[in-house]
Amino acid sequence: MTDATTVLTGDGQPAGPGQRDSYLNHGKGVLSWLFTLDHKRIGIMYLAVILASFFLGGVFAMFIRTELLTPGQTIMTADTYNKMFTLHGAVMIFLFIIPGIPATLGNFVLPLMLGAKDVALPRLNLASFWLWLIGASVAVASIIIGAVDTGWTFYTPYSTTTGTAVVAMTLGAFILGFSSIFTGLNFIVTIHKMRPEGMTWFRMPLFLWGIYSTAIIQVLATPVLGITLLLLIAERTLGVGIFDPALGGDPVLYQHFFWFYSHPAVYIMILPAMAIMSEVISVFSGKHIFGYRFIAWSSIAIALLSFLVWGHHMFTSGQSSLTNMIFSALTFSVAIPSAVKVFNWLATMYKGSIRLAAPMLYALSFLFLFAIGGLTGLFLGSLSTDIHLHDTYFVVAHFHYVMFGGTVIAFLAGIHYWWPKIFGRMYSERWAQVSALLIFVGFNLTFFTQFVMGSHGMPRRYYNYLERFTAYHQASTVGSFILMIGFLIMAGYLLHSLVRGERAPANPWGGATLEWETASPPPYFNFEHEMQAGDPYDLDALSWDPSIKGYVRRDPSSVLAAPRGAD
Amino acid sequence: MTALNFVGLLLARIAMGPDPDDGSFWMPPQVSTVARSVDWLFNFILAISVFFFILIVVVMVVFVIKYRRREGQQAQSSPSHNTALEITWTVIPVIIVIVIFFFGFKGYLDMATPPANAYEILVEGQKWKWSFNYPNGYVDENLHVPVDRPVRLVMSSADVIHSLYVPAFRIKQDVVPGRYTKVWFEATEPGEYDLFCAEYCGTSHSDMLAHVIVHPPGEFEIWLEKASNFLETMTPVDAGRKLFQVRGCQQCHSMDGSAKTGPTMLGVFGRTENMADGGTITVDENYIRESILEPNARVVAGFEPVMPTYQGRLKDAEIMAIIEYLKAPAGASQEE
Amino acid sequence: MTENAHLETDGLAVDHHFENADQQYQSAKLGMWVFLATEILFFGGLFVAYSVYRLNHPEVFIFGHHFLDKSLGALNTVILICSSLTAAWAVRAAQLKQIRMLKGMLLLTMLFAFGFLGVKAVEYNSKWKHGLLWAREYHPHVDHEEASEILITKEDFETGAVEGVVEDVTALQKVGDGVLAETETVLIEEAPAAAPAAEANRSTIAPAAEGPPGLATQGTEESSEKVIEVEPANAQTFFSIYFLMTGLHGIHVLGGIGAFMWLYLSARRGYFSTGHFTRVDMVALYWHVVDLIWIYLFLLLYLIE
Repeated sequence: MTDATTVLTGDGQPAGPGQRDSYLNHGKGVLSWLFTLDHKRIGIMYLAVILASFFLGGVFAMFIRTELLTPGQTIMTADTYNKMFTLHGAVMIFLFIIPGIPATLGNFVLPLMLGAKDVALPRLNLASFWLWLIGASVAVASIIIGAVDTGWTFYTPYSTTTGTAVVAMTLGAFILGFSSIFTGLNFIVTIHKMRPEGMTWFRMPLFLWGIYSTAIIQVLATPVLGITLLLLIAERTLGVGIFDPALGGDPVLYQHFFWFYSHPAVYIMILPAMAIMSEVISVFSGKHIFGYRFIAWSSIAIALLSFLVWGHHMFTSGQSSLTNMIFSALTFSVAIPSAVKVFNWLATMYKGSIRLAAPMLYALSFLFLFAIGGLTGLFLGSLSTDIHLHDTYFVVAHFHYVMFGGTVIAFLAGIHYWWPKIFGRMYSERWAQVSALLIFVGFNLTFFTQFVMGSHGMPRRYYNYLERFTAYHQASTVGSFILMIGFLIMAGYLLHSLVRGERAPANPWGGATLEWETASPPPYFNFEHEMQAGDPYDLDALSWDPSIKGYVRRDPSSVLAAPRGAD
Repeated sequence: MTALNFVGLLLARIAMGPDPDDGSFWMPPQVSTVARSVDWLFNFILAISVFFFILIVVVMVVFVIKYRRREGQQAQSSPSHNTALEITWTVIPVIIVIVIFFFGFKGYLDMATPPANAYEILVEGQKWKWSFNYPNGYVDENLHVPVDRPVRLVMSSADVIHSLYVPAFRIKQDVVPGRYTKVWFEATEPGEYDLFCAEYCGTSHSDMLAHVIVHPPGEFEIWLEKASNFLETMTPVDAGRKLFQVRGCQQCHSMDGSAKTGPTMLGVFGRTENMADGGTITVDENYIRESILEPNARVVAGFEPVMPTYQGRLKDAEIMAIIEYLKAPAGASQEE
Repeated sequence: MTENAHLETDGLAVDHHFENADQQYQSAKLGMWVFLATEILFFGGLFVAYSVYRLNHPEVFIFGHHFLDKSLGALNTVILICSSLTAAWAVRAAQLKQIRMLKGMLLLTMLFAFGFLGVKAVEYNSKWKHGLLWAREYHPHVDHEEASEILITKEDFETGAVEGVVEDVTALQKVGDGVLAETETVLIEEAPAAAPAAEANRSTIAPAAEGPPGLATQGTEESSEKVIEVEPANAQTFFSIYFLMTGLHGIHVLGGIGAFMWLYLSARRGYFSTGHFTRVDMVALYWHVVDLIWIYLFLLLYLIE
């Protein structure tokens, strides 16, 4: 193992990029990637396929918005439209956003933050990636054999009676679920067992707290989705009748099962996003994070409370008033930890030294959009207003403000933040700012209009709509095109940076977590020394070194563990 | 921020745009007794949300401007936590959400508890059609109700889950196969309002619309009596056309020659059809009658035996009217 | 390949990213426990479905469980408990590097597992023969020849041949379906014409709370030996849940057999001679959970009342 690290200089400063050994050039050929056990390569492969899924889901979204430009038929039939929104939902949820941050950035960064050489169970990590590939292939195959028109929620009895390829899609989601379980399991074990010297639970970077909370949900909620989808498949193929009223079953039981997973799943999506925010806001404000413990505990609180609120998706399903009351009350309780986080992030910026670099621009976008997304949740948690707003575009807008304005924007912040570490290249800051602005404007135009038409009573999943909603739909469609242009620009400058980007220093932003202590891109075994951890937000321990255009630790030995006899 | 201004301008443009439902910027008109309290709560939450949103954005913008990075300047030091402050901004949202929860629940209880004297209408949802069954047995495709009188809907579904939604009344209730769900309202303004299906139910989900007609005092009973006698007041062909539309036939049987879930009814009378079991049949009164009462006994080749029986759901006179309608020349059936 | 680089620490090979064997073992152990938690939750969904339907329709479960063979179920319980014992013994053998013993125990465990599946196959086969399958395939019929006990027919009820059994008039109508049960052996009047009728019935009867309540308890007063029940509405639900739960469990047993086979082959290759026993430990843990789930299934499906 030493051959991988000897190329580095010995004083904790990574050597200049040049021909140095890194995980990217350690081993050549496709097979050295597909069967690697290296968490970094697995993270990169995840990044590639997940961004491809995002692109696919985005294409479906553009078809949807284009179709909705006019009432009635614009470019496709009703059946095609129904398949489009189902595929958009299923691809974005199961292929993209659930694995999104944990499987890509989590996989890449988590062991580095721990100063570890890999995740605890590297084979399981690779298996998880392969399961993702298989699950995604099955799901995509369903598109080819006739697609699905049930909506991504697969509600019974529609899903048990429709003639489309429900079994293939749900089987795909089932397999993807196991991929997600194994990723979460791996992270739990890694965080429990592989923290370096000096890193107590409350000296973990908040990114790890977020990923850890996410992993708890992944592990505890996903199996229930697994059995639910299995029951749905059994219902369709064998006719077991559990959800089929014609055979003595209860279709609403399916909704309980489904949301028992899928509500916590929303937090699988948002918790890692919040985790990124805690890192980015602190580093780009040049300040220690404010209220570390409150942020850490709020992640755990969200993870646990998320299991108790699923019934708020079913306020109009005919469940009892008492049930509705309990779920409404519990739903509000989960709003508190999110609010606490937002206030803590704002307080972190106080008296800071704020740099408006691309990651921070996305972080500020996140605060703006997530505030709207979170606050509109109050309308939906409250019983009497939810009755009116349920299943309208208001919900669609709320969901996108949280999932897109929240998770995707934070994901972009994270990608821009760790991009230099991952690929060892810088991207064009100017173009990054242009695309961040376009995405921000396009997003608001697309989805804010949907709040207004939703509260006016425009139901969701509508192919056709009343004349009076036309103005809103058209504004929304225009916004979606602006959004798309923003993403295309981003794809352009990021791809450009891979080839032509300026070489990145080990620590371009001045982060104090351990991943910045190794070279960019990191060597195969991550670190040349055993690491020890200090305060992950002690940014004063770093200073700017103009000669390498990066930050260096004032006392490099502070993060090096005492040498061990065994090594 | 320029982006903020842009959003503001955009909103103004939408607000000035076509909004013929006579509601406010956010809400459709208030036409039920519960609408006022729902809207009050909506506006209450909106005020709180706007306050916190502006607070967050202003603080953010001020910090970004005031503490932006300057060359050679480090961040100033300030405490990295302040328990009292953090507890404060935990407790304040807790109090606010408790208040919101309380009002939401109170409003919901009013919506969930129908008055004892409510007028009852049975509702059936099926792909992609509503039918409203009045106490005298009359079935209509639109919901007619008297103004200022509580109305209770007892709803069931013939196939998948639907959801009855009247934005102007602020009510919504899923309609689930295999059980009855209920919802009530009391309309406050005569007029015509939209009724949507809010739970996705397949191909024509977005066309599963109906109108709610709120009749002025005294006029509902007159309408109901007149409408109920359509078999007497209309010609059999017209009555048959009405039944064909109202009772869900046209969801599966087109009148324009195209095959849907079932064969087209255009020129069906006297046509010779190949049967699924191999034989042929010439469509006459008896076959139509049989197909209505025992639809899956003899099925036309190329179609699935999926039609529900209308045994007990259509009276003899009604079946006769439908037969007359199907016998009528194409011109009569295309007249709308 | 560097991925497989092993360091000799404490006499055991350790994967490159671990500091020592203990960290590696602890990680595997924690991972396994977390995985088992997901397994419990996976089955948990079915247990919830079971609870919901049993709470709403207790009569369906009381009726249905008479069709399960308690002695075969008990036999299978004993088989699985024995296999858990041999699995635990295998772990001990691996820790002590007793390779012969380890191989023996692994084989024995697999033998028990196959025995379990064999008994299960016998049970499934009899259900299949009598049409006691999940909802869509539920067409119950029991041959006259097999009926070794009293056959109770509609006439018996009407002529009063069976005393103190059915007092409720609505129950008599249900008898028309021709499906009756008696304590251990199930006797069913063959009524081919009734089957489609019953099916049509099911499709129109609303599921929740509309089934006739209390039928199950009506026959119990006279004698504890001869409990006679009338088929409640939606009896097929019991068999759906029975097949789902035991089927999923059966798949887990198959998985266990595969894992033991893998251990056995590893043992033959000499993998365990080095003192590695983590894999045996993990598989045995899994096997104990499979065993535990079966015990719950046995209690909840076979031993109702």
